[in-house]
Amino acid sequence: MTTLTKGPEALRRLPAPSPAVRHRGRGVTIALFLLPALVLFLMLVVAPMLVAVYASVFRWNGFGGLPTNFIGLDNFTRLFSSEIFAQDLWHLLVLVLLSLLVQLPLSLAIAMLLNQRMRGRAVYRVLFFAPYVLSEVITGVLFSLILSPGSGMANQVLRVFGWESEWLADPATVMPSLFLVMTWKYFGFHMMIYLAGRQNIPNELIEAAQIDGATGWRTFRHVTLPLLGPTIRISIFLSVIYTIQLFDLVWILTGGGPSHSSETMAVTMMDWGFKRSQVGYASAISVVMFALSLVFALVYQRFVMRRDLEGAMTSQGGRS
Amino acid sequence: MKRSLVLVAAAVLLAGCSGGGGGGTTSQQSSGGAPAKVTLEWWHLSTAEPLKSLWAQRAKEYMAKHPNVTIKATVLENEAYKAKLTTITQSGKAPDVFASWGGGVLKQQVDAGLVKDISADVADVLPTFTPAALSAYQLDGKTYGLPTDIGLVGFWYNKKLFEKAGISEPPATWSAFLDDVKKLKAAGVTPIALAGKEKWPGHYYWAYLALRIGGLDALKQAAVDHDFTKPDFVAAGQQVKALADLQPFQKGFLGAAYSTPDGQSATVSNGKAAMELMGQWAPSVQKDSGKGLGDDLGFFPFPAVEGGKGSIGDAFGGGGGLAVGADAPKEAVDFVKFMTEMGNHSKAVESGGVLPVLKGEESAVKDPNLKQVATLLAGATGYQLYLDQAYPPAVGQQVNDSVAELIAGTKTPEQVGAAITEVAKSEAG
Repeated sequence: MTTLTKGPEALRRLPAPSPAVRHRGRGVTIALFLLPALVLFLMLVVAPMLVAVYASVFRWNGFGGLPTNFIGLDNFTRLFSSEIFAQDLWHLLVLVLLSLLVQLPLSLAIAMLLNQRMRGRAVYRVLFFAPYVLSEVITGVLFSLILSPGSGMANQVLRVFGWESEWLADPATVMPSLFLVMTWKYFGFHMMIYLAGRQNIPNELIEAAQIDGATGWRTFRHVTLPLLGPTIRISIFLSVIYTIQLFDLVWILTGGGPSHSSETMAVTMMDWGFKRSQVGYASAISVVMFALSLVFALVYQRFVMRRDLEGAMTSQGGRS
Repeated sequence: MKRSLVLVAAAVLLAGCSGGGGGGTTSQQSSGGAPAKVTLEWWHLSTAEPLKSLWAQRAKEYMAKHPNVTIKATVLENEAYKAKLTTITQSGKAPDVFASWGGGVLKQQVDAGLVKDISADVADVLPTFTPAALSAYQLDGKTYGLPTDIGLVGFWYNKKLFEKAGISEPPATWSAFLDDVKKLKAAGVTPIALAGKEKWPGHYYWAYLALRIGGLDALKQAAVDHDFTKPDFVAAGQQVKALADLQPFQKGFLGAAYSTPDGQSATVSNGKAAMELMGQWAPSVQKDSGKGLGDDLGFFPFPAVEGGKGSIGDAFGGGGGLAVGADAPKEAVDFVKFMTEMGNHSKAVESGGVLPVLKGEESAVKDPNLKQVATLLAGATGYQLYLDQAYPPAVGQQVNDSVAELIAGTKTPEQVGAAITEVAKSEAG
């Protein structure tokens, strides 16, 4: 990216500075083009968010106009003393750790493999990326059939080797099974990001390392990996945010069960909001989810991605 | 020029947004002259045959009789239906005609002003219904729906598998039932199929045991004083645990759904488990989800518990009915009446899809098992609606949830009582 900045810098001088009038005209056009999207954004994103924050301090079953029964922070105290919510947070932690320690390294390894010259490379790339294109619901239905304890394909194959599992039907194995499905669905996505990142690394650097006598592993460890840093950091960011909001897959696969052992915050929220009609309480969960995502995003960007973002700023500034 | 184009585009987009929000389903009734065109939104959950085709047939007949009426049916499977109905009612609208179990959930919709009080419109036909069938749809002396089905929950069992385990007749007491479960296990038969992923089938066990041990009044009292920690409820929980401890359920039941190809119904239907505790629709869902047991399918009521306050004659269950949305056109009420007319409804009874709700309709029941259910119902000493419909949604769901945890072995009977009480109090307070 940084090597590119010089080119656009030269380009920028080409159009002469526009007169003030034309600038204002452009501003109006921009505003008009932005308006529809902005209105939609306000209506469909900002307004529901504000309503959720408002509803979270009421006891409200969601029916009939706006809530009236103000109960202060009761929903939040109830939430923080709830065993199920504590479990949700624990599940979040487990899934984040598994993603960071297993899923992303796996994606990285496959990306590195697929970066080599080999036959059918394009086919593999497409195959591995394909699960990401499927919707979460389809993935969920597919895997609830495959992992069905009785007649599911997974067990039929495993029985040949004298082994079987209850997969999603056993509180002890449900989390690993869920993680398996998540990994199947998302490793291709992260693989693609890494592959793109890897191809941005100039081959000269790799060659230089090799000339200096670095082995394959050392080249990877000291040249490729550090240069992939920004890519890895953004993929970790995406992975964590996704896990905080994880819903569809769990809802279809297990509904959060057996007995809450795979429940996530979003599933708990759905349960209370739409099955039990305690929308005030469900709103409190959504507010906490939002706060969690926001705090993570801010802290992560401030301390981890700071350098990457600065880079992005300068290259963008250089281009426009 | 360009700018005005942009303006127009923006305006069109905006109009598109605001237009989508309204979504009225009925056109205005014109006064005098030919009746105006009316579209009725009808939501129900009869996804299994024979009702699926029968209901569609009735709608067609109604449209043929009333050319100005178009009926748009939305048919969803149980869980999806509950979720979608909750979502739409929370948005402040109800379908014109929708299936309802009555009870606490209907009351919540009535309180929110979403359901039409049809007392006056149906006054002429009310006396034709059996009081048991009507009771779930009458709140505070007003009628908010008409029943299409009424039945009770009991054990549907495989006679062949019972024979194989050396059980000559179905158990009449709870201890005999537990013994039979052991016998079935010893004979290498999975005694019971259960959909652990969907929590409502599990709650039947706890509710029935509470009904048998504490009596009908205990469940009614708990709805008022919100106390589920009383000894009778704990005892019911202990018996559920006693059953679960025998490991009577099919492999992987905690992840099983009800009507899917590897679910509770199919497991019984394909002869892989000896019985299931389910409502009157069990035979038709079994036919739909698996091979079906034919004449091997039998029915017995939930056994009596020795020393319990409730009698074996107390029934637990529910039916189905049709309620009318608050803003629905008058044709909606007319359609509901049409659906529950003797001539039309008895066809559904004959097909075995529903049980009689009208007086004198009993003779239409052909299936011997369903006849037994209808007879039990007619002679019932008391009646309790499903707890997840009778109580407010939050409480009902907590019952389902806690009993599921009890069966999974993660909660004790005492914790179950305490958890339900906590939610019941939070809902009441």
